[in-house]
Amino acid sequence: MNYTNLTKIAVNALKRNKFRSILTMLGIIIGVGSVIGMLSIGQGSKKSIQNQISEMGSNMVFVMPGSQQRGGVMMGNSNAKTLTLSDVEKLKKEAQYLSAISPQVSTSGQAVNGNKNWPTSCTGVNADYLSIRKYELEDGRIFTEKEIESLAKVCIVGQTVVENLFDKGVDPIGQTVRFSGIPLKIIGVLKEKGESSMGQDQDDLILAPYTSVQRRILAITHIQSISASAVSEDKSDEAITEIETILRREHKLKEGESNDFQVRSQAEMIQTFSSVSDMLTMLLGAIAGISLLVGGIGIMNIMFVSVTERTKEIGLRMSVGGRGIDILMQFLIEAVLLSIIGGIIGILFGLAISYVATSLLSFPMIIMTNAIAISFLVCSAIGIFFGWYPAKKAANLNPIDAIRHE
Amino acid sequence: MSKVIIQVSDLRKDYYIGEVTVHALRKVDMEINEGEFVAIMGASGSGKSTMLNILGCLDKPTAGEYMLDGVAMSKMNKNQLALLRNQKLGFIFQSYNLLPRTTALENVELPLYYNPKVKSKERREKAIHALELVGLADRMHHMPNQLSGGQQQRVAIARSLVNDPVVILADEATGNLDTRTSYEIMELFQKLNDQGKTIAFVTHEPDIARFMKRNIVFRDGRIQKEAMVTNRLFASELIKNLPVETDAI
Repeated sequence: MNYTNLTKIAVNALKRNKFRSILTMLGIIIGVGSVIGMLSIGQGSKKSIQNQISEMGSNMVFVMPGSQQRGGVMMGNSNAKTLTLSDVEKLKKEAQYLSAISPQVSTSGQAVNGNKNWPTSCTGVNADYLSIRKYELEDGRIFTEKEIESLAKVCIVGQTVVENLFDKGVDPIGQTVRFSGIPLKIIGVLKEKGESSMGQDQDDLILAPYTSVQRRILAITHIQSISASAVSEDKSDEAITEIETILRREHKLKEGESNDFQVRSQAEMIQTFSSVSDMLTMLLGAIAGISLLVGGIGIMNIMFVSVTERTKEIGLRMSVGGRGIDILMQFLIEAVLLSIIGGIIGILFGLAISYVATSLLSFPMIIMTNAIAISFLVCSAIGIFFGWYPAKKAANLNPIDAIRHE
Repeated sequence: MSKVIIQVSDLRKDYYIGEVTVHALRKVDMEINEGEFVAIMGASGSGKSTMLNILGCLDKPTAGEYMLDGVAMSKMNKNQLALLRNQKLGFIFQSYNLLPRTTALENVELPLYYNPKVKSKERREKAIHALELVGLADRMHHMPNQLSGGQQQRVAIARSLVNDPVVILADEATGNLDTRTSYEIMELFQKLNDQGKTIAFVTHEPDIARFMKRNIVFRDGRIQKEAMVTNRLFASELIKNLPVETDAI
């Protein structure tokens, strides 16, 4: 068989009916375009959420107090006082998988500077906290070990606090703000970080030495939580296990007793959100896949009409020596060409959709080469699958009936 | 004695319509030699179209033998028949059957597309040559709808010539044309026959049959009469005698 000739015949036949060919392809174009567009939007949103979560900190691991039992009575989580500074010290000394660790005590209150005031939170931390939460200093310095030891009345403020407590152009460094009646000297200003993925303003905070907040403001001996960084993202799980082992020993928990603390990692959060996004992507992809199927049926439909309409042409081709297989291949090649050309246009269309959508939604644009490759294969398969039946019908026509068909 | 191109012996063709058997052809014996110009005539239902279908290898006989250029077609399968049609036969139809929106040249090239041995350059050359033979070389890039009926039939004739067939089968080739154009087409057929082409021409018009060398008349599936044309007409002379169209007004 001569495929070059048959391909030429098929291309000429498609050219003769340009408008109809384009309309037929439209179904495939929209189908492939939406599959690629939807998958790309889904993956983009996943990546975007992952990025936002990673922005929160570097490989963060949090330890929060858990419920404890007192004589068989479960106590709630909120008032639990199970974490102490000695836990932090032990973790700092023993944990292999943690690169940075900071105790955390926090309270909300009104910050006052002169005639201005602003409700915010004051968080007591150590110097590691900045690297754990990916905060950077815009100006000034972080508190020293000495300041922590001496319960120094110093603080670092976020941009939102600066905006609300100081006039434009005033350098806040060296100024004093009062928080819950305690005067705190500003020694540093944080760079702007923006909103977190949960819509929280990450710049609305005051950081102070944990000792100062713990004793001067809150007057407590326990700490509220521990923030830490795992050495790397894939070591997060090991870090969690390690923390649990150390803390269980420190808290003298017997085997079978439940933890009186909870450990969560950023990696876990990413996984949770990713699985939601993955489901969304699959859903969008499935809907788009249905439109691709409809596009394929469109091709079959047109090919059927085409076979009926071109019965006489088929008869003529047979009478000048076209065999059944030649006719079959011609119609099959036509269908495959339609779906492949439609597929290529659809891929471009899909890339355009994802470009526009991702730039509108400010997602990162993710071009999934495997999705493109699969769409292309699916298109060819659709062409063969939906083109086969009409082509077979054409090939089985009786040349005498076909040539005399009116 | 010239070479026998078509030899049909004891040919039968039955159609089964429900429980009724229609004998379209009953025991037909016929020979067509190289260089002949034969009219196959008969009324509707006489079996002439069935005969043409079988001669054209589009249909197989129920019984009997048909030798085309020394090849027994009754033993052939569908694909071999297609090959025979492609390389030994040329078809001309009443309604031209040109592909729409396809140039005259491409229409003429069509049979050669199904012959893998013919390369694209050769295909083009042969098609141009065939169009020159029918006097349409200057219209080769026209679409069928830009051509008159006579010109379209010439394109169809060129298409039937392009594979250099052993016999050209024409089915009421002048049926859709007016008198003058019919004569012009017959003139072309006579010219081709003079150049040695073997032509079998199905028609029901006795006037047209007189342009040929021999007439075979079918009736009820049998050959009723077979005779050489005695007072043969020549189209080129008749055209000269036709009144010029402008005079008719």
